Amino acid sequence: MIITQKKPIEEIMAMVGDAKTVGIVGCGSCATACQTGGEAQIAELTAVLEQAGKKVVATTVADYCCMNLGVKGKMKAINAANPDCVICMSCGDGVQCVAKNAGNAPVYPSNNTMYLGEAVRFGVWEEACRFCGECVLGQTGAICPITQCAKSLVNGPCGGQKNGKCEVNPENDCAWIKIYNRLEATGQLEKLTQTREDKGYAAHAYPRTISLKKGK
Amino acid sequence: MSILKDALESGKFGITAEMAPPKGYDFTEQMEAAELLAGKVHAVNVTDMQSASLKASGIGLCIKLKQAGVEPILQITGRDRNRMAIMGDVLSAASFGIDTMLALTGDHPVVGDCKDSKPVYDLDSVGILKMLSKMEETNCDCGGNEIAGGAPKFYKGASVTPVYEPIFLQINKLRQKVEAGAMYVQTQGIFDLDTFKRFLEKVDAAGIKTHIMAGIIPLKAAGMAKYMNENVPGIDVPQHMIDRLAAAAAEGKEKGIKGLPMQLGMEMAAEMIAKIKDEHLCDGVHIMAIGAEKNVPTILDKAGLYI
Repeated sequence: MIITQKKPIEEIMAMVGDAKTVGIVGCGSCATACQTGGEAQIAELTAVLEQAGKKVVATTVADYCCMNLGVKGKMKAINAANPDCVICMSCGDGVQCVAKNAGNAPVYPSNNTMYLGEAVRFGVWEEACRFCGECVLGQTGAICPITQCAKSLVNGPCGGQKNGKCEVNPENDCAWIKIYNRLEATGQLEKLTQTREDKGYAAHAYPRTISLKKGK
Repeated sequence: MSILKDALESGKFGITAEMAPPKGYDFTEQMEAAELLAGKVHAVNVTDMQSASLKASGIGLCIKLKQAGVEPILQITGRDRNRMAIMGDVLSAASFGIDTMLALTGDHPVVGDCKDSKPVYDLDSVGILKMLSKMEETNCDCGGNEIAGGAPKFYKGASVTPVYEPIFLQINKLRQKVEAGAMYVQTQGIFDLDTFKRFLEKVDAAGIKTHIMAGIIPLKAAGMAKYMNENVPGIDVPQHMIDRLAAAAAEGKEKGIKGLPMQLGMEMAAEMIAKIKDEHLCDGVHIMAIGAEKNVPTILDKAGLYI
């Protein structure tokens, strides 16, 4: 899921500025799981805004703030209340999707969008994928070198590990040693000796659109 | 033609030293060291902001060394430059007659002194070597476009860390570096010849053919050795060396003589160099004096080593 973190409330209040009425849009998927955009967080933010003299005129939770059609329907109630601004409590994608459906009301994010990650246990999310677009997990024991290696190295480790820990953050294990251990356990060490072709970054020019209709 | 290539390919025992550009634009100290090193070593590595600590860029010092008659080895990391910037630097270097380089992945900015800098790593050490090899083969740049006047040829090198667990990963990456075009390899500082021999056996067993230059770091004090053991990946100074340095410091204090540990460090380095050469363990040595480059000629004298 997309991992989000709450922005400091001062930053949110600065964006809201002089606006007197506010609409709030939560997100029923990732942000609810991250406790950054569910019903409880909407109630929390509403209380803070009202304490600051703002009026929260409408709230809603879209199932997925990143799905335009669903958001369009949910935004009807928000737009009908004609708020001075809208706060969207989702990831950056959701904020942009909500903004497209918010008429002329400015839309502000309440969260910082951090990474694609995994909920490893309650309240703890680890970064897992950096959307490189050319998944190598089949060659690397299902451990992502692009994400788990601080240098995103694709040809094996640098010389910077110390006692198996990464030079960049000694709390992290060296990704390539993890990959080695996993491939050894699965009897696939030969995968490390296979040559990897450099694919370059030409295909990474953003923003990109994938369309099933266009067959891309 | 690369002087280091000449030496190594003709079976001579290669000798290289290492130098960092200053954090500043006054190269006087470096040029004084260069004067002492001229005629004593085949080439001098110029580091590329090692430990991710900001310095004047290496290409500048390489040009200065070349002009002073000392063969420079242009170290290139993938940390700060994408493939276009690396290739551009290499072309400029070639125009000054620089023909020897060494590719490294590079320490991450967060371990250095400009932590907000964006890490690049478009290419790692293997990627840099592959790109330059392809450039030489095809006379084309990294986009496949023809290079006016043809591509320059470089004697390309890499580094390796003999003290590494699991060693499979170092040997495997070394193999990739050599396949990518590394014709010589300088090792991280070694302090124990038995460990080094075991490493060389593994290189042989993997069928890797390249010129290996043993990394030598002259120790200056027991504290430096302990610090490196704790903080520098791939460094393992044996306790008996640390004890000897500590004893030298104590003796110096007692007799009121300064610099005894540094002298001992130079002697230990010379002893190791002489052994490596006498036992024909590898093809050369790479002396990393870490700021004490002026000591390198003395160490080489003590080891009886001349180019």
